[in-house]
Amino acid sequence: MAIPTDGQQPEELVRVQDLVVHYPVRSGVFRRISAWIKAVDGVSFSIREGETLGLVGESGCGKSTVGRAMLRLKDPTGGKVMFNGVDILKLPTNELKPIRRNMQIVFQDPYSSLNPRKPVADAILAGLKIHKVGAIEERYPMVIDALQRVGLEEYYASRYPYEFSGGQRQRIGIARALVLRPKFIICDEPVSALDVSIQSQVLNLLRELQQELSLTYLFIAHNLSVVEHISQRVAVMYLGKIVELTGSQALFEEPLHPYTRALISAIPRPRPGNKRERIILSGEVPSPLNPPPGCHFHPRCPWADSHCAQADPPLREVRPGHWAACWKIEG
Amino acid sequence: MQTIEAINPQRSPKEAPGKKAGVGLTAIVWRRFRRHPGAIAGAIVLSIIVLSCTLAFLSPYDPYRSDITSRLEPPSLAHPFGTDQLGRDLLTRCLYGGRISLLVGALVVLVTLIIGVPVGALAGYLGGWVDDVLMRIIDAALSLPVLLILILLSAILREVELPAFERNNVVLIALVIGALSWMTVARLVRALFLTLREQEYVTAARALGASSLLIMSSEILPNSFGPIIVESTLEIGWAILEESGLSFLGFGIQPPTPSWGNLLNGAQEHIITHPWLAIFPGVMIFLTIISVNYIGDGLRDALDPYKVLKQIAEV
Repeated sequence: MAIPTDGQQPEELVRVQDLVVHYPVRSGVFRRISAWIKAVDGVSFSIREGETLGLVGESGCGKSTVGRAMLRLKDPTGGKVMFNGVDILKLPTNELKPIRRNMQIVFQDPYSSLNPRKPVADAILAGLKIHKVGAIEERYPMVIDALQRVGLEEYYASRYPYEFSGGQRQRIGIARALVLRPKFIICDEPVSALDVSIQSQVLNLLRELQQELSLTYLFIAHNLSVVEHISQRVAVMYLGKIVELTGSQALFEEPLHPYTRALISAIPRPRPGNKRERIILSGEVPSPLNPPPGCHFHPRCPWADSHCAQADPPLREVRPGHWAACWKIEG
Repeated sequence: MQTIEAINPQRSPKEAPGKKAGVGLTAIVWRRFRRHPGAIAGAIVLSIIVLSCTLAFLSPYDPYRSDITSRLEPPSLAHPFGTDQLGRDLLTRCLYGGRISLLVGALVVLVTLIIGVPVGALAGYLGGWVDDVLMRIIDAALSLPVLLILILLSAILREVELPAFERNNVVLIALVIGALSWMTVARLVRALFLTLREQEYVTAARALGASSLLIMSSEILPNSFGPIIVESTLEIGWAILEESGLSFLGFGIQPPTPSWGNLLNGAQEHIITHPWLAIFPGVMIFLTIISVNYIGDGLRDALDPYKVLKQIAEV
């Protein structure tokens, strides 16, 4: 499958190609594999250096699984994840370690992602110890530097996670990822567990850090307005597949895929009266255990016809730099 | 921001450092432990027992020298616990016996932890075939008839003359009891590791590139200390009882060396006529076990993560 790009010839940092993650469903006395959950079913995208790619979709569409499979935190069934030209899915575990220094993750839940028995400094220090960064006496200043970069003072270093609020914990999680000076950070719904007032603080922090340290982000979220705020390009996932991928502005101004159109029409508007047509999808998201044949979206799609129920539409470039997987889009 | 801090100064982060910086988890656990009256009483009683056993040499009596003139005396000022059938002071023998019994208890716990924690940790963390194999071994070990094995062992060891199997080898006895009782700890640790390995801080450690060994030892194990400590305290009491049973079967500590177990066994013939011979060692065992259990109870409450969280919410 072609890799969706936006036409500009970029310095590509990360490229995901036909990533597939299937989970076996076991049943019966002998725990035989009776079915497969197709969590991620052939996802491809690339991220340029310094760019933020947003990845949005409903709960259970496989967006978090994409992020975790890219870091080999979950074992992918197939596909390639190229980082700086190296396929990290093929690396043996010992060669993976230097790559991990360059690819980090910020988690959704700021409560369970910090070890309750470790003071903050120890949690951040762990990465430096694992990768033997610097001399031992140089490490503590690096920890403090990471803390200060995320807006926390030095005296917080000896505190335990329970002494912090959700937003502060998320900053600690960011500091933990940051201290290794990675090039690429996967933000796995980093703000969805936070209060709205804190969300924008953390988002702004992530943006500032990106500029200061020239970071590249894969920003996973289910909140479209959050993604619009931070991403240059956005990929929309539905049931394990990318259905649309384009620049952030184009996606919000002119969504092409019927699913994206429904999502965008559902964003609450800050100013009432400014009427917009609300597209309400019928039915529920089908189970990834038994996805519908053809286009996964066809049972809920207002445009679907018999062809959609038979053939799976490929992700193709329908406008320059604007990729969508739908038979009904001209282009 | 400015206005919020002005209205509610407690919320200001600058307020916090001096006030709360020292309150670690250990401090909270200790504070909650102190509030448990049973646990505090248990800790006091146990300290007294341990202290008097270590200071047993201060006794004016020799625990081994018999004195035919004062056989089977009831408790008196000269002999607070009375004397036994050979005229030895029972208090002194109880204290010397306590040294052995407490040592056996502690060593057994050490042995069960040394075997049980790694086995449970590997099974719980790695899962898959490792888990299957280790769990079948645990099942097999649990299905062994403990009593028969002990009787068999004691029969064999009575015949063998090897320095390693010399009588009253406390380490050997602890090894045998430990080898027959590590399975509960292993199962407990496995269950803890099974749940904790799904925590996101474990995933975070993997993303940082931590090895399985590091994750098990520095991320998961510290979070399972609570239940492991509680289980260990309960194990001490059980091991002391088990040693008594072993003495009875002729495998544990053999007279004239006293242990609480064999003091109790030796009192059998005289239990109707001279009940203090059984009562005092029995009371020592009872007090030790009940205090250890209360301490374990207090620790369990103090270390309960949900209660700790509630406590934090109160602070």
